[in-house]
Amino acid sequence: MTEQPIVLEAKGITKNFPGVLANDQVDFDLRKGEIHALLGENGAGKTTLMNILYGLYKPDSGEIKVNGQPVVIHSPKDSIEAGIGMVHQHFMLVPVFTVAENIMLGDETTRYGVLDQKAVVRRVKELSKQYSLEIDPNAIVGQLPVGVQQRVEIIKALYRNAQILILDEPTAVLTPQEADDLFVIMRELTRRGVSIIFITHKLKEVLAIADRITVMRAGRVVGTVDPKDTNEQKLAAMMVGREVILKVEKKPAQPGKQVLEVEGLSVHDWRGLETVRGVTFQVRAGEILGIAGVQGNGQTELVETLTGLRPSAGGKIRFSGQDMTGKSPRLLTETGMAHIPEDRQRHGLVLSYPVADNLVLNTYYKQPFGVRGIMQPAAIDANARKLIQDFDIRTPSPYVNVGKLSGGNQQKVIVARELSHEINLLIANQPTRGLDVGSIEYIHQEIVAMRDRGLGVLLVSAELDEIMALSDRIAVMYRGQIVVTVDANKVTREQLGLWMAGAHPEE
Amino acid sequence: MDWKRFSFITLVIVLLFTVVVLVGSAAQKPVVIIASMLATTLTVATPLTLGALSGIFCERSGVVNIGIEGMMLTAAFFGWLAAIYMNSIFGFSSMPSLIVGVLFAILSSVLMSLLHAVLSVTFKVDQIIGGTVINILAVGVTGFLNRQLFFEKGSVFGGNVPHAPGTLPIIHVPVQEGVEAICKLTGGTEGCQTLANAFGKVFDQQPITIAAILLVILSHFILFKTRWGLRTRAVGEHPRAADTLGINVQRMRYLNVLIGGVMAGLAGAYFTLESVPSFEPVMTNGRGFIALAAMIFGNWTPFGAWAASLVFGAAQALQINMQVFRDVIPAQWTILQNSYVVGLTPYILTMIILTGIIGKTIPPAADGQPYEK
Ligand SMILES: Nc1ncnc2c1ncn2[C@@H]1O[C@H](COP(=O)(O)OP(=O)(O)OP(=O)(O)O)[C@@H](O)[C@H]1O
Ligand SMILES: [Mg+2]
Repeated sequence: MTEQPIVLEAKGITKNFPGVLANDQVDFDLRKGEIHALLGENGAGKTTLMNILYGLYKPDSGEIKVNGQPVVIHSPKDSIEAGIGMVHQHFMLVPVFTVAENIMLGDETTRYGVLDQKAVVRRVKELSKQYSLEIDPNAIVGQLPVGVQQRVEIIKALYRNAQILILDEPTAVLTPQEADDLFVIMRELTRRGVSIIFITHKLKEVLAIADRITVMRAGRVVGTVDPKDTNEQKLAAMMVGREVILKVEKKPAQPGKQVLEVEGLSVHDWRGLETVRGVTFQVRAGEILGIAGVQGNGQTELVETLTGLRPSAGGKIRFSGQDMTGKSPRLLTETGMAHIPEDRQRHGLVLSYPVADNLVLNTYYKQPFGVRGIMQPAAIDANARKLIQDFDIRTPSPYVNVGKLSGGNQQKVIVARELSHEINLLIANQPTRGLDVGSIEYIHQEIVAMRDRGLGVLLVSAELDEIMALSDRIAVMYRGQIVVTVDANKVTREQLGLWMAGAHPEE
Repeated sequence: MDWKRFSFITLVIVLLFTVVVLVGSAAQKPVVIIASMLATTLTVATPLTLGALSGIFCERSGVVNIGIEGMMLTAAFFGWLAAIYMNSIFGFSSMPSLIVGVLFAILSSVLMSLLHAVLSVTFKVDQIIGGTVINILAVGVTGFLNRQLFFEKGSVFGGNVPHAPGTLPIIHVPVQEGVEAICKLTGGTEGCQTLANAFGKVFDQQPITIAAILLVILSHFILFKTRWGLRTRAVGEHPRAADTLGINVQRMRYLNVLIGGVMAGLAGAYFTLESVPSFEPVMTNGRGFIALAAMIFGNWTPFGAWAASLVFGAAQALQINMQVFRDVIPAQWTILQNSYVVGLTPYILTMIILTGIIGKTIPPAADGQPYEK
């Protein structure tokens, strides 16, 4: 490929947040029609750099050039004008609006002062045909699966004629199938001259799709490499600064007595549809049961019911030998259940509370954090400092609001809190979503170590790799039912993939 | 609005009307009673409708405003004061005095809403506190000035409250003529003419009442059909998303709170320039809060809020008509002679409606949350 011209160039970008140097003299450039991957640990400063390019943050110093011309970007308005579009790590969509409304927002066409819905719908249909991004312009965004919401975000950028597209961890929330669809779309976009910055933590994806790879660590650029000259090991080492064991080491499980027994459990979703249909399984102490399945096959509702967040519509849950059907989350927590929820921002954290308080959200009322109803700052502080150290949570202090942490570090706060009290069952739904390889290594080792100490683990994940790496037994969920439960050693990736897609086990 | 709410509202209004018709049938023809109830309902619903619209603009943009009561009270006082000054000090005749009065009512309420915007949007003070400040301030300021200006010895009017320039005149809306014309075209039966006579005057109302109805339609149009409305709702649902698209969140919130100020100002003017030609301390009497209830019941939509306001209006119309028909109330219905029972109806309805038995309403997602970059 001949060297394409540089469309976007950032030079010497520096950004300080109170207590953190998020970007330190960062240089970055993007060529026309390329996919430039940006890798880095949680908190390395990737999102910060992108927010600066997109005008959401003002850099302390540094220069940005678009098509060789220096530009001043004070707000997203300026960046949109310069042809930059961004799909944010946490989507920026108004859930109650239609697709068309979300797309036109901020760039509306009107006729005699009235919003011209028809024109927008027409244009969206054009774009979706041109780039093969299938979408219904009249659907309500909040009711769409995340993969489709992401398409809305991409069309939103294209609608504004973005020639430079920033994708901040677009695959973190996608199923493998959706991720593959996204890559097809990305290739199509670059073929048409769009340049893409692609942030991810998944090294396989980077190697498969990127034209160039830049790695950041602690606010600095460590280097830029060609995917042909590198591999997963090397990239991981570049990111973390040390060798990373990408494969989980584990001894055979030594299962003990049953900690969780689920019998004929049925659950309805918010529309009243039966999304979990008579599910039966057991988790024993000292084993990891993985639930594999394409997202949206009832896993979310199943976990919510097991953890007391959603009523069941039938069936029984026994936990620690007692009937716990319909019991409150607090009782379940006190009986020794830990829960890593799927949506960290909605169910896992109070974003406007400091890290230290989030770390005691499940135990704050008990000794030593609460004594006779009074919070004990010294104990909470000591706990926070210990967990921040143990779980390598990158935060300037325990008293920063958790919402200010990078996405991956928010996740680590939850994991730290849930694993740090007396437990005998861990229910983990996408426990490593959005984490860097170093942190995934740590959490995986931690989960295996806890299993070896006799903890029962129910792992729900859309990452087949994660399921394969950790589970002792694997249950496949399809359309609200467990279609098969197998020994993890006796099954292949391909076989699991088929079952997840609905193939019948006997065939 | 969903059918549950709609049927509830229809049911309550029909019920209230039926009671009055039954009681009053000894003295009046049912059509006449219904028509008069309708007219009264429209009239007394006015401050609630406008107050609810005020709340809708604020909250749709993400700013909770419980200070509407105070904004109305301020407007009622200053509108009245301006009208009196124009009339008895500067010697203008009634009409220009009243118009200036309305303008001052709006101005004073907008200033109050500006205070709310500064507190809650710029300084990110808790919005409930901002609203409470306004409510307390309004009671204090209007009460104090009312005493100082009119009742203290040596004050401008020296305990001698001048005659206010009256109230805004009724505007004739030619509904009757319209119906009669249709009657003629279709062969004009007697019944048709009776209808025209009875209901032809329902919409002959004072200007603020008519404006309120038009503003319901206009607000709906603005919120759901225009660029301004789309952006307003976006800012109230997901301000960060709006920000990433280059929309100035602070500015949108400021302007919508000020629009809310205009609405509350008109509502305030209703009290002293349209309903009665006088001011009494704390005369808004909780209407600002009932307006918020109407806004919630109407699910933050103009038409929904209007319908809910009409329910409260009908309850008050019941109360007013019960006084009219006091002497003809049948013996077995003595309970309706008790003015407490009847007077409590609007408030009991508020409570029933607010308990949410008619289904859940969903506020804008970012309602009440200051936006931080
Ligand atoms: N608004 C903010 N206020 C204070 N600190 C912030 C803010 N945004 C980011 N930071 C800090 O800046 C650092 C870089 O964060 P950033 O979100 O850029 O990381 P990232 O590389 O995107 O990580 P991840 O992979 O976890 O998303 C982190 O230490 C974070 O806590
Ligand atoms: Mg990030």
